[in-house]
Amino acid sequence: MWEQIAANRRKSFMLVIVAAMLLLVLGYFLGEYFLGRGYGPYGMVIAGIVWLVMTLVAWFQGDNIMLSMAGAKKIQKEDLPILFNVVEEMTLASGLSRIPDIYVIDDPAPNAFATGRRPETAAVAVTSGLLRRLNRDELQGVIAHELAHVRNRDIQLMLFAGVLIGAIVILSEVGLRGMWFGGGRSRSRRDSGGDGGNAIVAVLAIVLMILAPILARLIYLAVSRKREYLADASAATFTRYPEGLASALEKISAAPQTLNSANRATAPMYIINPLKKAGKKAGKKAGAMAANASSTHPPIDERVRILRSMSGGGYAAYEESYRKVSGGKGVIPGSALKEEAGDETSRATAEDSGKRPQKESSAASQIILARQVDDFFYRSAGYRMIKCDCGATLKLPRDFKSPQAECPRCGASHSL
Amino acid sequence: MIAFFILLGVIVVLVGWVVGIYNSLVGLRNRVKEAWAQVDVQLKRRFDLIPNLIETVKGYMSHERETLEAVTQARAAISGAGNMPDRMNAEGGLTAALGRLFAVSESYPDLKASTNFLSLQEELASTENKISFARQFYNETVMRMNNKVQMFPGNIIAGMFNFQNEEFFEVTDEEQREAPKVDFN
Repeated sequence: MWEQIAANRRKSFMLVIVAAMLLLVLGYFLGEYFLGRGYGPYGMVIAGIVWLVMTLVAWFQGDNIMLSMAGAKKIQKEDLPILFNVVEEMTLASGLSRIPDIYVIDDPAPNAFATGRRPETAAVAVTSGLLRRLNRDELQGVIAHELAHVRNRDIQLMLFAGVLIGAIVILSEVGLRGMWFGGGRSRSRRDSGGDGGNAIVAVLAIVLMILAPILARLIYLAVSRKREYLADASAATFTRYPEGLASALEKISAAPQTLNSANRATAPMYIINPLKKAGKKAGKKAGAMAANASSTHPPIDERVRILRSMSGGGYAAYEESYRKVSGGKGVIPGSALKEEAGDETSRATAEDSGKRPQKESSAASQIILARQVDDFFYRSAGYRMIKCDCGATLKLPRDFKSPQAECPRCGASHSL
Repeated sequence: MIAFFILLGVIVVLVGWVVGIYNSLVGLRNRVKEAWAQVDVQLKRRFDLIPNLIETVKGYMSHERETLEAVTQARAAISGAGNMPDRMNAEGGLTAALGRLFAVSESYPDLKASTNFLSLQEELASTENKISFARQFYNETVMRMNNKVQMFPGNIIAGMFNFQNEEFFEVTDEEQREAPKVDFN
């Protein structure tokens, strides 16, 4: 488990190096083209500064931007005890040192995401649509998936990768535009009898400006999809109950709503891609494959199938199931598998999982949870809650002026 | 002279290697301790929730004296347990007694309608989950520690500095592995 985090760190480092090199080469050729021959290094410096500034902004503001963009409200244990408990349970299962901050977004589309560069500052956010639709086991699966992202340091990786790609895209865009409008000192040099090398530089710059963003994005998407599989595997390892996540994914993908607050930058953070509902409709194999290559997430039905055909709750079981369903090479780093091998306890706890008391009360808690969600948003919208002796709760809007309120169930009147 | 420096280099590398393994062993031992602390916190929390539960349930379940008493006794057995295996057995006993109590509560509709009871039930069910998840993580950490202590080359360093295998947290009593039977009719 810990070796896997280390492997992840190495991989994110490699990814950052490759993308950074791409960025610097791009900067070099832009410098050569626009600033004149021999000015390539200055272009690299400019590219580096753009990258540095973007990284600093993302590093210090990333979490806040994402949460405030989504309109998330922070909750305490009293607000939504069941959600809080589920997050605490998964914190223990994942071995994180601190319970992440919990946010709720008032949006009917069911979805969830995690943010935080380090596990110590992590936060998870879920939509009210998710809380109203899922039972406790399914919620547990979703939260386990999100905390797996935190524990596997995926958020850090995707933040760095996202910023690098952003910088590459911006530089290419600016460069292409500048070329279109005939900018660049190279032309004036050519007019005054310049050299043939300029043509080569120009061609290379154009090719790079077109290819670099595409290449960068493909690297990013491939990594993002891989992290999703790994997070699913970790979730199954934490809960020892893959069915919970599988049925949650089904429910989430079956929902017709799309998330209002998501955009391309924030999409990879969510448990399922919040933007592409069309991916499912593509149907045809070729269409589905194209949709797959351009998506941050693997297809949902494949994720569900892998989870459903797992024979237990561990990384090895996920790996085996992945090979069976997808037919490809595995997705789990060898170090994680090696570490788990000979782990008798993981099998013992997998046996236990069927006997956990949570299974029977799961459906009942779904009703309670849905009510808690309603109450929370009524309260945060300024409604007054009055408990009636018959057990009903009256919810009065802020502009309710009448001195008396009548209980809709038993008819008793309450003076305010 | 050169031979001396080679020898010095070899010694430095060797010492660094031993220090590295020693430190990772200490780190693992601390992690095991921390993981155990998490289990312990949840066990204590459950222990503290019981009187509240009994108080809430008593009025509704006057016919279930035995079930209630079993829970109280199981709780008392925990404070009475002297050594670790005894305590773990007592904790297992409490899990079983609580399971029976919640199974029986199914047949008391008034109790099931009480919000106080429902929130207590959620708290206790969740604490049970937390115990088992914390235990799962504890056992995983113990396995890492034991692998390091037993496998070459860790075993040499572990032997030199007296690092021991850590104990898994397992429910030993076969009877306690059985989940309570629930009758839905």
